[in-house]
Amino acid sequence: MTDRRTTIKLIVAAAAAFPSLRARATYMLEPGASPPGDVRQFEPTMDGYGPDPDLIKAYEKGAFWPLTMNAQQRQFAAALSDLIIPEDEHSPSASKVGVVDFIDEWISAPYPLQREDRTTVLHGFAWLDGEAQHRFEQPFARLHEAQQRAICDRICNASRASADLQGPAQFFATYRNLTAAGFYTTLAGRKDLQYIGNVPLTHFDGPPVELLKRLGLS
Amino acid sequence: MPFVTASTQRGPYDVIIVGSGAGSGQAAYTLCMEGVRVLMLEAGRQYTPARESAMFQTPDMAPLGEAGTPDKNKGFYDATVNGGWDVPGEPYVSIPDKWGAHFTWWRARMLGGRTNHWGRISLRNGPYDFKPRSRDGLGFDWPITYDDVAPYYDKVELLIGVYGGDISRENTPAGPGDTLLPPPKPLVSDHLLMKRAPRLGIPVLPGRRAVLTRAQDHRTIPGRLHPGNPRAQKILADAMRKRSPCLWATPCGQGCAVAANYQSTTVHLPPALATGNLDVITDAMVYEVTLGKDGRANGVRFVDATTGRHEHVTARVVVLGASAFETARILLNSKSGQFPNGLANSSGLVGRYVLDTVGSSVSGQIPLLESLPPLNEDAADGLQVYVPWWLYPEQLAHKLPFPRGYHIEYGGGKGMPSVGTFSGLEWLTGGSYGRKFKEDARRYYGSFVYFDGRGAMVPNDNCYIEIDPKVKDKFGIPVLRFHWQWGDYEQRQAVHMQETFGQVIEAMGGRVQSPVITDPVKAIAPGGYMIHEVGGTIMGAEARSSVTNRWSQTWDVPNLFVADGGVFPYNADKNPTLTIMALSWRMSDHILGRMRRREI
Repeated sequence: MTDRRTTIKLIVAAAAAFPSLRARATYMLEPGASPPGDVRQFEPTMDGYGPDPDLIKAYEKGAFWPLTMNAQQRQFAAALSDLIIPEDEHSPSASKVGVVDFIDEWISAPYPLQREDRTTVLHGFAWLDGEAQHRFEQPFARLHEAQQRAICDRICNASRASADLQGPAQFFATYRNLTAAGFYTTLAGRKDLQYIGNVPLTHFDGPPVELLKRLGLS
Repeated sequence: MPFVTASTQRGPYDVIIVGSGAGSGQAAYTLCMEGVRVLMLEAGRQYTPARESAMFQTPDMAPLGEAGTPDKNKGFYDATVNGGWDVPGEPYVSIPDKWGAHFTWWRARMLGGRTNHWGRISLRNGPYDFKPRSRDGLGFDWPITYDDVAPYYDKVELLIGVYGGDISRENTPAGPGDTLLPPPKPLVSDHLLMKRAPRLGIPVLPGRRAVLTRAQDHRTIPGRLHPGNPRAQKILADAMRKRSPCLWATPCGQGCAVAANYQSTTVHLPPALATGNLDVITDAMVYEVTLGKDGRANGVRFVDATTGRHEHVTARVVVLGASAFETARILLNSKSGQFPNGLANSSGLVGRYVLDTVGSSVSGQIPLLESLPPLNEDAADGLQVYVPWWLYPEQLAHKLPFPRGYHIEYGGGKGMPSVGTFSGLEWLTGGSYGRKFKEDARRYYGSFVYFDGRGAMVPNDNCYIEIDPKVKDKFGIPVLRFHWQWGDYEQRQAVHMQETFGQVIEAMGGRVQSPVITDPVKAIAPGGYMIHEVGGTIMGAEARSSVTNRWSQTWDVPNLFVADGGVFPYNADKNPTLTIMALSWRMSDHILGRMRRREI
């Protein structure tokens, strides 16, 4: 399998036929289920949603494959998601808008990228809990925010993390991406960003002239 | 009952058309409007955009937040069904070599094919693009000129509805001034590009896409397109009235239930069906064109995917529009005593000179666009503006290390947040989380810009397809084996794209997201990624050096035609779909003339 960075680059290049697809490039999979090889043969994932699902209906999380996190993992996921996206004056916390279900569905999915993320996420949970026990003699989910931050500050930026913490730092990046993906695709997330599209209009006027003036673009 | 089966078909038919996408849809439209009885065969299933297009659905209603998967490569809501980089049970063979020799093939097994999800970018080829060899000595000239095709560009633009500006530049022609709809208003990020790119000598023009920015003029256009044919005029006027102008929301790639953009299923096929002259068989996987004793095509064989039965249907004329490479596959699999190497292949060139488009992308982040007030920037879903190739004089003077140009597809704005919008922000945020992360998300949302280069490819001998000697698909049909190698010209062009995009982002006061790639091998996207498959049944002036003639008619079989991108002997930087339609209309007019003269 192509490594993820390469994949992202290629997909960004490929997504251009659809300007609207670019932004989701990070989670696009490399083309095909099989790596570059001789015969390319797609094997339908019997437990995925298949190449022709009903696109009109709204799906509950777990509609196509069972969610797999246990209660303890869900508690952990909620604590970490809320550390990354807490409640503030603009919007609720990640766990309040279903991000735990989103992540559970993600890491329970039958597809290659999600399976890879499953390993990353579950290993990351274990590492964080080990670190919490080691430093504060409590599971991570029960630590105070300051204690959680004391651990996460060391892994929140892979380019600054020490060599021995690269694995956990990669996990944290993945988990933050997933939390943001789950949160900002909800109504609450869109409202937080003041996204006001996705409504039918009779005409499109472009940006206000005053704004263009302020930006020096009129 | 226009949708029929092998047992309920209502032959005899005048013309069989294989495929239902841009080229086939156009051929069916043109022929049926003139009273020709057509049988269309589509390998995939029936598809009804009005009922099946996800439009205002949000990512949280889809599994995995709508992310792409091996089942739905470009996202859950993408209009492509039963298709993508891999089609279950329909493998193809690609020779693995070093990076860059691999080819990936996007197919869509559905009525309307890839037109249901395409980007709708509709650029005309210019005069140089039809005579590239005459200009720089490389590749092949088309046997036709821009002036031969221009009237058909006019017609297609009027029929399908294309927005854009009536501004011509060198080798970037516009029509007579009344064929295009008004372009959408530029976004804030577009205004920034329009202000800064010209400082580098880079022009910015209104984009051109097949989207109705206002209702089509159903009073005058039908008369212009079908003079002297009142019935066709009425059918077209009715069809145009049923299309809604753009709703300024929802991605075109998910299909358009109100027919505000072009897809074959909403624009070409409804009027063709309304004539009563078109019958369609879906789930019909064509694998062979059959030949009569007189050396003429007399029909096609297909596997009915629903029953597994092999069927044979007949007509006076056969038109292949199955997609460039699928058309070549059908010809290569149609072997007979007269054509032991495949039908219409006396030149040995069926499957040779296959082409894609050069692609390379750079994204950037622009501080001026941070923390803007709320704006609805869904607009027409992209390409309000674009950059045509601007260095023709430099190229002619050999001042560039590559002979052919590219255009730039540009985008930005506050689109609907998706699963990837806030991924990998560490390079900007230093790894923030907590309240700071939410503040950062608000700050950076809408401040990203995307540059996608789309460049010309010079045909080369290393890019060809053939029938694999061993592998067959689930129908038992031998599959294609791909050979692919970008040339040095394409790779150097991709590096030029990277460096240029980096300079433009800097001129916009921004930062490049990932470093500009200067390694020519890595700067270019792999073959097939742009989904601009053309060539393989190239048209030319002589039978020994081409498969089809100036009318898209095969040299060897006078009643066999190619309606898809297979006839392209060269792939300019302009996206091929508009040209495919224009050539198909021109071909269809030629078929009509020959049928009226009883030549075929």
